[in-house]
Amino acid sequence: MAFDPGNDYPLGSRRPDLVTTPSGLALEDVTLEALRDGRLDADDLRATPETLRRQAQIALAAGRKPLADNLARAAELATVPHETILEIYTALRPHRSSAAELEAWAARLEGELAAPLTAAFVREAAEVYGKRGQLARERATV
Amino acid sequence: MPRSKRFLSREGRELRRELLISPAPELGLVAMNGPNDPEPGLELAGDRIVSLDGRAEADFDSLDWFVARYGIDFEVAEEAMARSDDELARMLVDIDVPRAELVRLSRGLTPARLARVVSQLDPVEMMFALKKLRARRAPANQAHVTNLKENPALLAADAAEAAARGFAEVETTVGVSRYAPLNAIAVLVGSQTGRPGVMTQCAVEERRNLQLAIQGLVTYAETLSVYGTEPVFVDGDDTPWSKAFLASAYASRGVKVRFTSGGGSEALMGRSEGKSMLYLEARCLSLIRAAGSQGVQNGSISCVALALSVPAGVREILAENLLAAWLDLEVASGNDAIASHSEIRKTAKLMGQFLPGTDFVTSGYSVMPRYDNMFGGGNYDADDLDEWLTMQRDWQVDAAIEPVAEDELVRVRDKAARAVQAVFAGLGFPAVTDEEVEAATYALDSRDLPDRDRAADVAAADRVLGERISGLDVARALDERGFADVAEAIVGMQQQRVSADYLQTAAIIEPGGTVSSAVNDPNRYEGPGTGYRLEGERWQLLQKLPHELDPRALTGAAAKGNRQVNEVHVAKIGDRSDEVVIAVGPAFADGLRETINGLDHGEVLRAIADGVREAGGEPRLVRVRRISDVAFIGHDGACLSGSGIAIGLQSKGTAVIHRADLQPLDNLELFGMSPLYSLESYRAMGRNAAGYALGHAVGPVPTMMDNFARAKLIVRTTLLHARETEAIVEGAPPVELALTEVP
Repeated sequence: MAFDPGNDYPLGSRRPDLVTTPSGLALEDVTLEALRDGRLDADDLRATPETLRRQAQIALAAGRKPLADNLARAAELATVPHETILEIYTALRPHRSSAAELEAWAARLEGELAAPLTAAFVREAAEVYGKRGQLARERATV
Repeated sequence: MPRSKRFLSREGRELRRELLISPAPELGLVAMNGPNDPEPGLELAGDRIVSLDGRAEADFDSLDWFVARYGIDFEVAEEAMARSDDELARMLVDIDVPRAELVRLSRGLTPARLARVVSQLDPVEMMFALKKLRARRAPANQAHVTNLKENPALLAADAAEAAARGFAEVETTVGVSRYAPLNAIAVLVGSQTGRPGVMTQCAVEERRNLQLAIQGLVTYAETLSVYGTEPVFVDGDDTPWSKAFLASAYASRGVKVRFTSGGGSEALMGRSEGKSMLYLEARCLSLIRAAGSQGVQNGSISCVALALSVPAGVREILAENLLAAWLDLEVASGNDAIASHSEIRKTAKLMGQFLPGTDFVTSGYSVMPRYDNMFGGGNYDADDLDEWLTMQRDWQVDAAIEPVAEDELVRVRDKAARAVQAVFAGLGFPAVTDEEVEAATYALDSRDLPDRDRAADVAAADRVLGERISGLDVARALDERGFADVAEAIVGMQQQRVSADYLQTAAIIEPGGTVSSAVNDPNRYEGPGTGYRLEGERWQLLQKLPHELDPRALTGAAAKGNRQVNEVHVAKIGDRSDEVVIAVGPAFADGLRETINGLDHGEVLRAIADGVREAGGEPRLVRVRRISDVAFIGHDGACLSGSGIAIGLQSKGTAVIHRADLQPLDNLELFGMSPLYSLESYRAMGRNAAGYALGHAVGPVPTMMDNFARAKLIVRTTLLHARETEAIVEGAPPVELALTEVP
């Protein structure tokens, strides 16, 4: 059955058939029995990009565009390594990055990390940081 | 000038520890409608906003840019901004304008306009609008669980109690940041013992917080603070983009996020730009929605006492909550930080959120005594629980805390403490001793707990991060040591992370594991009889406090002891001029045997008779059967008395000295403070009555007063009087009584 964002929420109780872990384990197989049998892996117990995109569609169907955009960015970030995420966060803090550095992150997000929405978001940040003097302060060069 | 003792007395009250200040707009110390707040305005040029609230694009700060880029819906902006403040304000309180329509319009309104519109409403209108605009159908609540010793058994027991009492979220934090993983585990285990599905967080630095989430030890975060001016934002080492990115990062790891904002924070940080608290909060909220947060913790939060120092501060806080709800955000409405030293003032402020109900009525009710609250909070704490529950019962309002019997709570706390003991044993952490389990179960606060080896505990905490000990490891340890049900609940929380349903607006997890949010359980209040109402089973649950009594059982035990009087014959009119009739009510010394103060009726009669005799009078006992009112009992007695003087006496102990020629509702002396009377009091009444009979000058018995007697005893009074009234024999003549011999 096709996914209907206006009717299929909560996915957990209405459309468990659509939900798996990143390794493909079905939602209904995330049980104590499975834990006992050694079939669960802690790193595998999280939402897939697909599930997060569905949650974004559900938010949009409920009229919440900014929340949907946030969840769509989250879907992109779901596969980005933890350390990379923290590096990007740090880069976005005020006075941390030059315009070029932010552009480099945007390019990497767009290419290697397959996160075009987040890339655009970083570019928009860079533009405003430039206007508001929130890029890294010029370091004196010798 | 000498000081008025009344002014001095008031100056000594707790309230007066707080400063009240006149508005100082230049410092941001003004609640709403500040003189420097901008005029609302929006200019569009194609797909761009070229002016926002009077500021041209060239002058936009980073907050303006962010709101202009993500926070204004162009499709409704012109329509919404074209409506007048007055019209929008009326729509907020019009039951015929549905929430969805108001939310649609809010997407086109600028911060200054939003602030301006809600400031049109008076407090009751704000409460009504908040009730209408809350995102989720039913209110919920959040608990704080911490303790100064960071004792895991006590954290688990308190988290379990919070869960058992119906809190949908439990927040903990740390005194020493290295403890975070252990506290997160203790609160996870405790909460899932108390009720599966309770969401937990550990408020620590973002990096650590994210790590705990990735390991499946916490499920939500509300540490993302934002501010209404750019300089404060930058001082907080963030920008709107960095915060929004962080929100996406949390969501990508299956963490429910709500932002935090609140009036007064910009003034506190010295960078308010001269704007009012409400306007700056409107900027925060516009930004929070634009960032894609599902919700916010707001209502001044930690600056609440600053908001309360200025005129209309409490109203401003309510306006903040209302604005957030209007913007379709989940609202966790503060009430966690201490608002005032004054219990009256604090609770008056609370009513703004308590009565309408918000998604989380408090953003942290301290389940343990304030002593152990490490959030600097404890506005309401363990000692206030009965008050909170009673207020819910009084108003028939669901503020999302449930009464639970002591034996059930002791059981749950014990189990949670043992469960965390099992986890520590299973993971090779420093042992949680049986002594700690027992102390945690019955403790008042952490002073009742033995000290732990803190160096060993933080080493264990480091292992949690170093070895990436996960929620599954915790579940396994529980399962192996006989806590299969708690293990299953923790696996259930991991399952929730996979489906990610709780990322939607105002989501909580119901006991059965189903997520309930503004998507599948939205608030659709449209007037009386609609929306969430506290009724049925839920109302039965919330009204039935453990200490509630059955009134029928209250006086059932009253008729104890031997009957102390015999009815001799129909009473005649006396002829002795020294006679004092002691006229008692229909149930006296019969259906009822003691006064409200616990004095035996026979003893009371003997005391009065002794008093009468001491003063030279002659007592005669009579029962008035036709009526239970003390004035008429006394007057009927007086009409039978040879002297015209009688003492009327109700079973509960209320007495009157009456005279035959007075109107029934008049009297010589009335003794209405029956809870205060001793046998000596009754003897004094007897002496005075005899004095009146003999025509002596009589000084009235000194009046005693207890202004709380009524609050304390009105229920018992009512029940005793009901018994007295039941014993009435319509139209029956009074009968003469004889005291039986004292055995």
